[in-house]
Amino acid sequence: MRMPEPDAKTIARRARIARDLRRIVPGDGVIVDEDGLRAYECDGLSAYRQPPLIVALPSTTEQVSRVLRYCHENAVKIVPRGAGTSLSGGALPLADAVTLGLGKFNRILDIDLANRCVVAQPGVTNLAITQAVQAEGFYYAPDPSSQIACSIGGNVAENAGGVHCLKYGLTTNNLLGLEMVLMTGEVLRLGGKHLDAGDYDLMGVITGSEGLLGVITEVTVRILRAPETARVVLMGFPDNESAAATVAAIIAAGIIPAGLEMMDRPAIHAAEDFVHADYPLDVEALLICELDGPEAEVTHRIEQVESLARHHGVKTLRVSASDAERALFWAGRKAAFPAVGRISPDYYCMDGTIPRHALPTVLSRMAAMASHYGLRVANVFHAGDGNLHPLILFDANTPGELERAEQFGADILKLCVEVGGVLTGEHGVGVEKRDLMGEMFSEIDLMQQQRLKCAFDPGQLLNPGKVFPTLHRCAELGQMRMSGGSMPFPEIPRF
Amino acid sequence: MPQTYRPDTAAQVAELMAWAVAEATPLSLRGQDTKAALGRATNTSHVLDLSALTGIIDYAPNELVLTAQAGTSLTDVQAALDEAGQMLAFEPPDWRALLGRPNGPNDPPGTLGGLIACNLAGPRRLSAGAARDHLLGVHGVTGRAEAVKSGGRVVKNVTGFDLSKLMAGSFGTLMALTELSLRVVPRPETARTVLVLGTGEHAAMEVMSHGLRSPHEVSGAAFLPELVAADSEVAAVRECGRAVVALRIEGPEPSVAWRSEALRNELSGWGPTESLDGADSAALWTEVRDVRLLMTPPEAQIWRLSVAPMAGAAVVRTLEDHAPGALLGWYYDWGGGLVWLALAPTDHAHAAAVRQAIALHGGGHATLVRADPAVRAHVAVFQPQPSALAALSRRVKESFDPKGLLNPGRMGEGR
Repeated sequence: MRMPEPDAKTIARRARIARDLRRIVPGDGVIVDEDGLRAYECDGLSAYRQPPLIVALPSTTEQVSRVLRYCHENAVKIVPRGAGTSLSGGALPLADAVTLGLGKFNRILDIDLANRCVVAQPGVTNLAITQAVQAEGFYYAPDPSSQIACSIGGNVAENAGGVHCLKYGLTTNNLLGLEMVLMTGEVLRLGGKHLDAGDYDLMGVITGSEGLLGVITEVTVRILRAPETARVVLMGFPDNESAAATVAAIIAAGIIPAGLEMMDRPAIHAAEDFVHADYPLDVEALLICELDGPEAEVTHRIEQVESLARHHGVKTLRVSASDAERALFWAGRKAAFPAVGRISPDYYCMDGTIPRHALPTVLSRMAAMASHYGLRVANVFHAGDGNLHPLILFDANTPGELERAEQFGADILKLCVEVGGVLTGEHGVGVEKRDLMGEMFSEIDLMQQQRLKCAFDPGQLLNPGKVFPTLHRCAELGQMRMSGGSMPFPEIPRF
Repeated sequence: MPQTYRPDTAAQVAELMAWAVAEATPLSLRGQDTKAALGRATNTSHVLDLSALTGIIDYAPNELVLTAQAGTSLTDVQAALDEAGQMLAFEPPDWRALLGRPNGPNDPPGTLGGLIACNLAGPRRLSAGAARDHLLGVHGVTGRAEAVKSGGRVVKNVTGFDLSKLMAGSFGTLMALTELSLRVVPRPETARTVLVLGTGEHAAMEVMSHGLRSPHEVSGAAFLPELVAADSEVAAVRECGRAVVALRIEGPEPSVAWRSEALRNELSGWGPTESLDGADSAALWTEVRDVRLLMTPPEAQIWRLSVAPMAGAAVVRTLEDHAPGALLGWYYDWGGGLVWLALAPTDHAHAAAVRQAIALHGGGHATLVRADPAVRAHVAVFQPQPSALAALSRRVKESFDPKGLLNPGRMGEGR
């Protein structure tokens, strides 16, 4: 993975930059010592590490604005960072960039139940928002599996999902307002407690922009009333095909479950060994289907789901009888990543999305790839919305295995695109899938995305080296090209 | 007469744009011409008519995704969805009557591209999201004459910048859309509407908030003041002689029965309650959605305000104080957060008073949906933005359309 060549002149100016930043961010908010920097050298994609030039930890929007303006004026790159849980390297530092940590923005500013929203600083964790309102019977719907640690600002940057997306949407569908700072230091407010921000949907395009467009300093999210009842149907199937057919039948019957997850045999066994969720071990595929809503509706829907599953040859079927049992059924799924971590020295988590109908094809081709690469793979899958999380098992201490795992992963993502899906459903492109963007987008598509970046960050100082495989300068992107000509930029560096 | 071009393939749209770029010729974009009166008028000598780009490209109901060419008539989209028992959850409104367009059963209802370009949504916006929340991917041609795509055909996708979101509500000023993929959902089996009669304005905001905070999954929450309720097509609303709060419950029949009964019990302290079923319930939400409740007088200027839900009534009260006599009628949707106003026509459309009232009560935005073209030419139809934001919006426009060829001026000066 090649990153942009570090700028030696910026690195040489490090002491001076640190001194200037200390004038903006007082106290312990500027980190330059080696031990301190090491804590920031990677995010959740820990195969890649790079200590940052400097870490700045501002605590007010004013400080963020002044840091960005200073860096803009002095051509210093910025890597924004929330809780550092990105699985795609979105917060991977650069040797010549200031890592801007938002961890001190950790307060909930307003809980407004009458308007059903919460205003929070970006460093507040996803789960803390739900915890702040659950006594009143509310919750925040998007629930990425890292919700105990990941920050709401990072959720916006990545457009985070979770197991409840099918019914309740991703971050972008649950966001009402933002305060953000442009690289120039300008502070913008978008949306608020009202619906739709109006004009161009800048909030929509900032969501999921992976820290390339601006730094988020305040977030307003909608909260939902917790459902009266939620129950889980746990279903074991003799093969992947019958499980996939049951998923299709549930959707075809007009049912949108709150969560609809699938695990394959290796994932079931790893999870069961780890958390003892009482999963059946003599099945090839497990479906976890959560129905929520009023009691009368949940009872009715569960009867429908049971009947559909039996029709498609379900082998074992249990309905949670209590909240404790529902939590137990979920525990295995939610612990699937660490569970797989126990059976393999390392694992690599993929994140493609496919049309649901392609699932059996994709699973069987993935099995063929696994034997080709000589690596095991365990699958957990947001079956309802087609989002796959294959976990490739490998040992980084065995020479060549990491590279093989990455190659296997890239092949899986290419397969996802081939069957009509996409490279990433919720983890982001970051550095991890950057060089695969050409599988999904043409050069023209990518250049238009980069032109949008130029509208926000003309110096391309925010999080460079992420998302886009080829860096074009804004002045070149802005030129009108005559159709029919050849690509006019042979001199552009590729990295 | 303006020269109109009506390409029937996306490639022809790109060719035409290439010509427009070479000649620096601005184009007005048009589908079935049902929403031309929305936004500022564009006065170009050439029109790009996209209504020949028709046809559903891919619709597998089990995938919950529909892909169609941008000029596909909503009639055809609706028919396909009806057959599969599905719908566009954002409840697309029909503003033809509001905007003075022919709206009989055989008149064109508008195109899918036009619906998305205007980011319109009906009462279910508050629970299901707006058009933009259901747009999964787009293909289009920029003002650089480049065919660009974004997004995809799956619900969960974070690959690259979400340019699709920008297209929703851009009124054709960024790209000429050629193909769209939308999320669709199963149609609820039944719907019922609980009415609470005779509450005051502020109490109505409380009643709607209570409903929306309840576990009963309210999917529509409107308040019709007495004078507006008297114009309803639904007899129970028209003839009750009181203001009406309406709360919609949707889902499987046993669930709807149980939830609407529970809601009636919980709200009985606010006033007498009623329940509307089937056709009556549907008719009420259609007239709320399509603004048929503010049809008279026909010369009234119509504003659409989005504010914090609990601020709705306060905004109207402030406006009554600041522009006495201007208010001819009003009602609320989205739990109070969407305020529809009919104002006595003036040159300035009371724009300053409307926007001040919003600013005083926590902010939001106001759109002048109906007024003479001359008024729309000098009154900001869309909420003016603070300068840094306006500058960013202009740069975004330039990134797609540097020569300002697509629908020039539709959203405001330079856009």
